[in-house]
Formats: sequence, structure tokens, C-alpha cells
Amino acid sequence: MFGYVVRRLLAAIPIALGVSMVCFALVYLAPGDPVQTLLPPDADAETVERLKRLYGLDRPLPIQYLEWLWRVMQGDFGKSIATGRPVLDEILRSLGNTVLLATLSVLIAFSVAFILGTIAGRRTGTWLDRIVTGIAVLGVSIPNYWLGIVLVIIFSVELMVLPASGMAGDTFDPTSWEHIQHVVLPVFTLSMIPVGIIARTTRSAVAEVMNQEFVVTLRANGLPEWRVLRHALKNALPPVLAVMGLQFGTLMGGSILVETVFSWPGSGFMLSKAILNRDVPVLQGTILVLAMIFVTVNLTVDLFQSSLDPRIRRG
Amino acid sequence: MTKRFSLLGSTLVLLATFAAPSVNAQTETVLRVAMTAGDIPLTAGIPDQGFEGWRFVGYNLYDALVSWDLSRSDVIADIKPGLASSWAIDPANNRRWLFTLRRDVKFHDGSPLTAADIVWNFERFTKEGAPQFNARQFAFARAYLGNFEGIEKVDDFTVAITTKQPDSLLPYNMSFLMMVSPRRSEEVKNDADAFARNPSGTGPYRFSRMIPGERLELVRNADYWDKARIPKHDRLVLLPMPEASTRTASLLSGQVDWIEAPAPDAIPRLRSSRMQIVTNSYPHNWAYQLNFVDGPFADIRVRRAANHALNRADFNEMLGGIAMEGFANLPPSSNWFGNPVRYEFNQAKARALLREAGCMPCRVTFAISTSGSGQMQPLPMNELVKSQLEAVGFQVNLQVMDWNALLQMGREGREKHTDVHGINISRSLQDPFNGMFRFSWSQQASPRGSNWGHYSSPSMDALIDKALATFDEAQRLPLLRQVHEKMSEDAVMLWVVHDLNPRALSPRLRGFVQAQSWFQDLTPITVAPR
Repeated sequence: MFGYVVRRLLAAIPIALGVSMVCFALVYLAPGDPVQTLLPPDADAETVERLKRLYGLDRPLPIQYLEWLWRVMQGDFGKSIATGRPVLDEILRSLGNTVLLATLSVLIAFSVAFILGTIAGRRTGTWLDRIVTGIAVLGVSIPNYWLGIVLVIIFSVELMVLPASGMAGDTFDPTSWEHIQHVVLPVFTLSMIPVGIIARTTRSAVAEVMNQEFVVTLRANGLPEWRVLRHALKNALPPVLAVMGLQFGTLMGGSILVETVFSWPGSGFMLSKAILNRDVPVLQGTILVLAMIFVTVNLTVDLFQSSLDPRIRRG
Repeated sequence: MTKRFSLLGSTLVLLATFAAPSVNAQTETVLRVAMTAGDIPLTAGIPDQGFEGWRFVGYNLYDALVSWDLSRSDVIADIKPGLASSWAIDPANNRRWLFTLRRDVKFHDGSPLTAADIVWNFERFTKEGAPQFNARQFAFARAYLGNFEGIEKVDDFTVAITTKQPDSLLPYNMSFLMMVSPRRSEEVKNDADAFARNPSGTGPYRFSRMIPGERLELVRNADYWDKARIPKHDRLVLLPMPEASTRTASLLSGQVDWIEAPAPDAIPRLRSSRMQIVTNSYPHNWAYQLNFVDGPFADIRVRRAANHALNRADFNEMLGGIAMEGFANLPPSSNWFGNPVRYEFNQAKARALLREAGCMPCRVTFAISTSGSGQMQPLPMNELVKSQLEAVGFQVNLQVMDWNALLQMGREGREKHTDVHGINISRSLQDPFNGMFRFSWSQQASPRGSNWGHYSSPSMDALIDKALATFDEAQRLPLLRQVHEKMSEDAVMLWVVHDLNPRALSPRLRGFVQAQSWFQDLTPITVAPR
């Protein structure tokens, strides 16, 4: 097991390198320029060149990339071109805010979806199954930025019970009622997609397991239905966990729209600004960290799966 | 009975305990502003995030030698004395400006402002190798220091600034250069990032606290040198909120008191909730700079045809009344407006001009952006331009890109983009140089300056040279009007609209005067209790 973990971690290194290289190249392939954001629209070409020199952006791209890599290996992510603030501080702060949203959303989504999926999976073809499937399709289909705006209109503008934007402080304080209020709408909005996806996965996994011979055997042995279900769910869980891990990874980097709608200072919001500003150090640093998180989450899920189901233990 | 009283007593004590903080909170009046920027503007001197940065952070934390008079809404804002109480051109040298400083100005750290501090700040912008030199400040200042040659201290309260060429408009440029405290900067070893976390200027507000990406809080500077502009509220909270619907919802839900640029379709809803919608003309231009070398716009008839093809009232209608028809480069309230040609909507005339020019169908390509500072609603507006131009015989190809890429194209100029015949970059026009000269002076041809399409006219150049060398305002005024009239006559751009700068304010706010400017004075605003 230890060897397997080490091998998986080592395999993450080329992934991280590849991701950072592709990201670096893409920024420079797109028209536009990192120093653009620092200059007024009418700055002359001479100023642009001088500024590029001052920021070291006039050197060949491979050298810039290698220098960046060397510094990152020493733990120095550099400074944002647009804000001048250290990239690591920016990443840690925004990532912390996004982890909060993603974790709460996935936990809520998993709890709700697993129950719904189990009910539907046990009663395939019934009206209950159709309702759950309907909810799942709705969850996946509703654009979450639209849902966010609608929720804001209902709960912030009309009912005035929840705030429309921001997070009320530097870091989340679970004892603060104000902070909790700020979290409700973004978390609910974000959890809608995973609810749909996890519910559908659970439904098909449970339905499949319930038709297997061991379930018939368990029932034939006279086990009460709740114990049969416990065995069945244990067998249905691995694919659901895999999907949940992927959903968590997606929410970590993919909540740009929801974070923008709620002015939530998370990594998605930061990434979108960095892309528009061509802020290479922030882009590079954030994507590298996100890639590593994705790899780690997948590894954790794999390990969890194999502990649940020894048949899929690898290595 | 005793039990009941003790219960009542403890309830009252409890109520008093909970009520106490709210009484304290009520004593502080707070103005909360939602900006369109995606981040908090830089607090270390000259801000970033375009003129919104100057509006909310620059002019509130800092002052420049020259300031803007934002106290009136009926005329276009012009400059007034700032840290310098007066200025004059050296009678012996028309390239040397003398600025006399106020004697009663103190930085927020308590240190007094003297001529040495002004020189120190200019070295921060310009002198590579000086300990306080800062690349970002250099970049921001550079646009206003193109003609700057040097600065010297004449005495403790006078500085002399020399220019490369005679420049009667230099005081306008000085209004953009924020003066920071050298003492505070030296305390943090001239580290601009550390300075930004605890800045010290001379402005009407002091820094209180900042959560990067989330909020900036400033508090009233009770010792501000301009007593008339000491803020009438205690605290100013600035929140970046790039999404228009989020800003609107935040205002309606009482989370903020002031929002910039509400979406046009949200304005009726805001009005019905008793929000104050304020608009005013200001020096902004939504237009296309044209290519004078490659393609059909080199022919003046085609440029005039395009200007006659637009029914500008339609744009105003589409934008819910938050724009003003733009028949010329400057809005009519400008002092330098003069009496320019008016390009009325006339499709027959436009068609005739195109036929005369032999350009039918007249194929043109415009580079446009999906969003950007001052770009209003670029996609639907460009679609409308396209359909109106095509109705008279143009065939328009819209090349869509993001704001950063369009800015780069704007900077590189027509030489690198010969297949593009116009670029749609909104511009600020707050002074004669930025409002007219940079688009029509051959010296400003790109990539050196903002004359993107290389418009060139010897008579225009002569007018500009003369205006720059005329230091008497009364004598300069007719020259500036002539420049504007000639821009119109030569149809230097395809003009569409001027923005009316909408913002929505809570009914609790009183005393705001919307100046005809990119900048606004927040200090007279009072905030009524809820």
C-alpha cells in the first residue's frame, strides 16, 4: 500500500509539470500581454518595453519558465503582476475560501443525493424513482449562475433574509452568524450540480447491486431488509465516491461563475481575473496548486475505495 | 412578585448588553460603495483599475499638486489648486513651470509636506536606481510624464518642473500624480507592497483596513487641509463587485449604499425601490478610431458616410436612456466644444457619399471587445452599429476579442493590423491633450501614442503646437475649439455615444453632487440612520 501511494505521488510530478507548461504556453499563445494591465491604454511602446524589462518579461519564454520552476521548487511563487502581492498569499487565501464552499457543497450534495439515489435505486420504475430522476436532471441542467441570481433575487432582494454578496470577513468564522448567512446561498447554488450527478450515479449503482445474486442469497438467508441494504450500499459506494471526488475537484477550480455572481473571493474568481489580466505568476501558481489538489483528491478517493472494496486494490 | 421583578430586571440587563454595541455602531456613519472593479485598486500611490481606482482610492487617500473641481454638476469639471496653491510658467523660460505648495499640509503620519517630498515622489515615478523608484508607479505615471524632463526644489515650498517642449497643459497631467509620504515609505524600506498595506497620504480619508480582494475601509481625516472637504461621514467602505446584477442585488438588500454602473434593465426596478438614480454627462466617448492608411476610411467621404449612417437615438433607447448621442468627439458641455459639424442621421446622404467614393459594398473590419473599462455594452452596441452601417451599403466584419487583446492592438497601432479599419476603445477626454490631441496629432501616431490610425494633417499639427505654446487661457481657448471643430470636419472617428455614467444610491444618502467628470467627490455625502 505504501509503495502504491509513493508511486502515485511520484506520478503526480509529470502531471504538474505538464499542466504548468501547457498553461504557460497558452497564456503566451493568446493575444494580449501581462504588462497591459499595469499600463493606461495609451501608454507608448517604449514604456511597454521598459516595463517588460523591469519585470523580466523581455527574456525568452523557456528561460522565464525555467526560472519560475526553479523558484517554485524553493517555495517561492513570486508576486502577482497585477496586484504586486505575493502569489502564495493570494492562493492560500482564495483557495481557503473555495475549499470552504466546495467542501460544504459536496458534503450537502453527497448526503442529499445518496439518500435520494438509494431510494430511487431500490424502487426503479416507480413514481418515486421518476421524481428523484427528475430532481437529478434538474440539478444537472440548471445553469448554476442563473440559479445563484434567482436565489439572490428571492432571498436577498425580496425577502431580505440573506446577504447577496461577499463573505463578511477575511476568514470564515463558524461561530459568526453573519458569516454563516453569507455562506448559505453560494453553497446551496454550488451543491445543485453534484446533487444531480451523485444522485444519478447512486441510483444506477444501487439498482445494479440490488439485482446481483448475493442480494438474493442474503434475502434467502432471511436477513432483514435493512441489513441487506447495508451490504448492498457498501458495494454501491465505490463508484459514488469516485464521482464525489471528481465533483470536489471540479468545484475547486470550476466555480468561477458562482463566485463571480456572489463576489466570493475564491480561487475561481481569482483565476478569471488572472486570465483577463494575463497575470502569469498567479495563473501558474494557482493552476499548479489546483492540479496537485486534484491529484491528491483522486488518490484519496482511490485509497478509500480500495479500503471499501479490496477487489479494486491495485499495485 | 420579587421573582417577576428579577426576571424583568435580568431581561433589561440582557437587552442593554445587546443594545450597547448597536448604539455604538450607530454613532459611526458608514458609506458602503460597490465598485465595478474586480479587485481593490492599488493603495500605494497612483492606483490601478482605471479611473475607478482614481475616483475611489487615489483622490481619497492622496492628493496631487493639482486637483479637480468636483463641486458642480452643471459644467464639465476642470482643474483647481491641490497640494500646489498656484502655478505659473517661468517668464524667462516657457519650458519651466513653477508650482507653489500649500504650507499647512500634513501627511496622515503627521509629517509636513515640503518641496523635497514632491521631488522625492517624482523620483519614485521616474528615476530608475533611486531607492524609492517603483516600476508600477513608473508605469502608471508614464502616460502623464511624456513631456517631463526634470524637477528641482526652488525653495521649501516651491518646485520647478521642466518639460521637453513648451506645454501649456502640464497642470492637467499633474492632477494624476499622487503624492505619498516619504517618511512612511522609508519606514517600510521603500517596499511598495508593505506601504500599500499601511499607506500614508494627505487625502481627505485615512487608511483603516484592507482585506485583499474583498474590501478596503477608509476613515475620515479630521485634519484634512481643505476644511470644506472633510468627509461628512465617518467611514468609507469600498467593495469590488464586477457583476452588475450582484451590485444591484446588494443595493436592494441594503448591503451597500452606492453602486456604480447598474445594468440599464435594472434601473426601473431600482427606481421602484426608491433608489436614487443619478446620471450626468461626463467626458467619455464611445467611438471607433479609424485607419487612415489602409482601407476605405482613408477616404473622407467614407468616414462621413459612416457618421451619417448612424441613428444615435436608437443607441440611447437600447441603453435605457443612460447614454447621450455622440455627434462629435467631445460632449457639448465641454468648454472646447466650439461649433463642430453635426453628423445627423441621413441614410440617403450616406449612400450617396459611398457611391461617390466608389465603395459599394464598402467592406470594413472593426476590432471590438467583449467587455472592458468604459466599454458600456460592447456586443449589442456593436451589433447595432453593424446593422445601421450595413443598411447604407457597408459590409461590416466584427473581430471580437477580450479587453486585454484589444488594448494591445490599440497600442500597437495600424501598422501591425492593416486588415483592421477601426478599433472600438472607449476613451476618457478629461483634458485637451487626452480629449483631442492624442488622437489627432501626428506626433502621437502609434505605437508612440494614441493616434491609432495615423491621422495626419499639417494644419491640425500647427494648431496643436500653437495651443501647447499658448500659456494664456483666454487666448488658448479659441485654438482648442478650432482643434475640436477640425476633428469633426475631418471625421477623425466614427462617433456613437457618450456615456451618462449612471449610478444608484440608497435613499439614505444626501448631499452628493454628480460632477461632469470621471472622478467624484464623496466627502459631502451624509448617511441617514436606517
